[in-house]
Amino acid sequence: MYSKKLMDHFTNPRNVGEIEDADGVGMEGNPTCGDAMKLFIKVKDDKIAEAKFQTFGCGAAIAVSSMITEMAKDKTLDEAMAITKESVAEALDGLPPQKMHCSNLGADALRKAIEDYRSKN
Amino acid sequence: MKQRYFDHIATNPLHPKVLDSMMPYFKEEFGNPLSVYDLGANAKTAIEEARGKVAKLINAKPSEIVFTASGAEANNFALKGIALAKQNEGNHILISKVEHHSVLNPARALEKQGFVVTYMPVDNYGVVDPDTVKKMITDKTILISVTTASSEIGTIEPVKEIAAIANEKNIPFHTDAVAAVGNIPIDVKALGVNLMSMSAHQFYGPKGASALYLKQGQRINPLIYGGIQEGGRRAGTENVPAIVGMGTAAEMAGNELMERYNHVKRLKDRLIKECLKIDNVHLTGHPDNRLPGHASFVVEFIEGEGMLLMLQAKGMYAASGSACTSKALKASPVLTATGISTSMSHGSMVFSLGMDNRDEDMDVLLEEFPQIVNRLREISPFSKGWDAKEGD
Repeated sequence: MYSKKLMDHFTNPRNVGEIEDADGVGMEGNPTCGDAMKLFIKVKDDKIAEAKFQTFGCGAAIAVSSMITEMAKDKTLDEAMAITKESVAEALDGLPPQKMHCSNLGADALRKAIEDYRSKN
Repeated sequence: MKQRYFDHIATNPLHPKVLDSMMPYFKEEFGNPLSVYDLGANAKTAIEEARGKVAKLINAKPSEIVFTASGAEANNFALKGIALAKQNEGNHILISKVEHHSVLNPARALEKQGFVVTYMPVDNYGVVDPDTVKKMITDKTILISVTTASSEIGTIEPVKEIAAIANEKNIPFHTDAVAAVGNIPIDVKALGVNLMSMSAHQFYGPKGASALYLKQGQRINPLIYGGIQEGGRRAGTENVPAIVGMGTAAEMAGNELMERYNHVKRLKDRLIKECLKIDNVHLTGHPDNRLPGHASFVVEFIEGEGMLLMLQAKGMYAASGSACTSKALKASPVLTATGISTSMSHGSMVFSLGMDNRDEDMDVLLEEFPQIVNRLREISPFSKGWDAKEGD
């Protein structure tokens, strides 16, 4: 059902945890629907210096979260804003169709984290 | 890595003796039971022997057993068959909120055809109160269906009491006993049920063989029309090897019932006791009155599919009723019927034990499972509670 790459990101998720003095925080989804992701970013010189996540959800939701933190790192804020759900899914060698919508929260959480940062700066 | 299977409610491995009994009917004894020559007669004899063995397991008469291809078919047959046979007497059907999809969905389909369905509530253990049944019966009620035991929460329902109420009102009573037959003693005469569904692969028989018990004299419309197989109640050339396997499996289950019961119950009691020591893990279903090998929980702050994948990585197989593991991506209606919130229902875990499980398997599971829970809670934003909001 899941690709090898996705299972690798689920089994060994990268950048798990919170950033206590985060510059931006984005929360997407909620526990009622079964998937929720909280993304923390540190910003330096208009670039994402660090990204960490906490996720409640299925294997796909956790792998997507791990992948988005890797994809976001070192990107400018504008570049990071342009990351799409499709590109995250592609980077994981695909998502099952039924997981494409509900578990693919990374890109939206990242945009919310950047908007949170921009609203404060 | 050693495989450890804790999902016996999904299906069971075929018992080698069952397979042996089936083999001739895949090979030399391939005849059609309706054929008049000896090859056909041999197949017919084999089916009737199997019918006798299945009947014996539940204390029915052989003529009261109709073979079907699945438990789902038996449930569909019961609901649609009775609804159509009795549609001139009324249009009301009573089922519980803890029914399997193969009862729930035919009931919903009948609703679309003009029947009225009442979904009876359950208590926090998932038990249907017989008084609720009594209150919800109307003069239009033509069928009552309550499961013998839920595959999701393991709770055993007061079938005998509900059947007595139905009998008093002369309403046919069906019970989906797919998760129960072969695992607990079942006597259709003592229970007083009119229809009962069962499935061979729940007691180490093959997939593709199931049955509906139909009390003698019970009128029903067929689901499948055609030839005169199963006394005209279910047309189609019989799946002879699978039916023979069901017969062998039923005979073995009858002979070994209490031995099997005690084996899985002891392991299950230990599993429940130890799992409940993990913080914020709650038992689902009834603490005592439940299937002997069934241990089901909700694990707060994490989601079921993640637990299943991590267990699989350690060679262990279990189940979850979480929305993410269901194709429909919806919270389990059975769990929410017992008062569990949608958020918590995502952390559903179901371990169902069988004859292949040993103490050593429990040792490994009880070593690994708390670590898996901890690992996923480390990743979860709700590990300190459900109220984590944006910007906390």
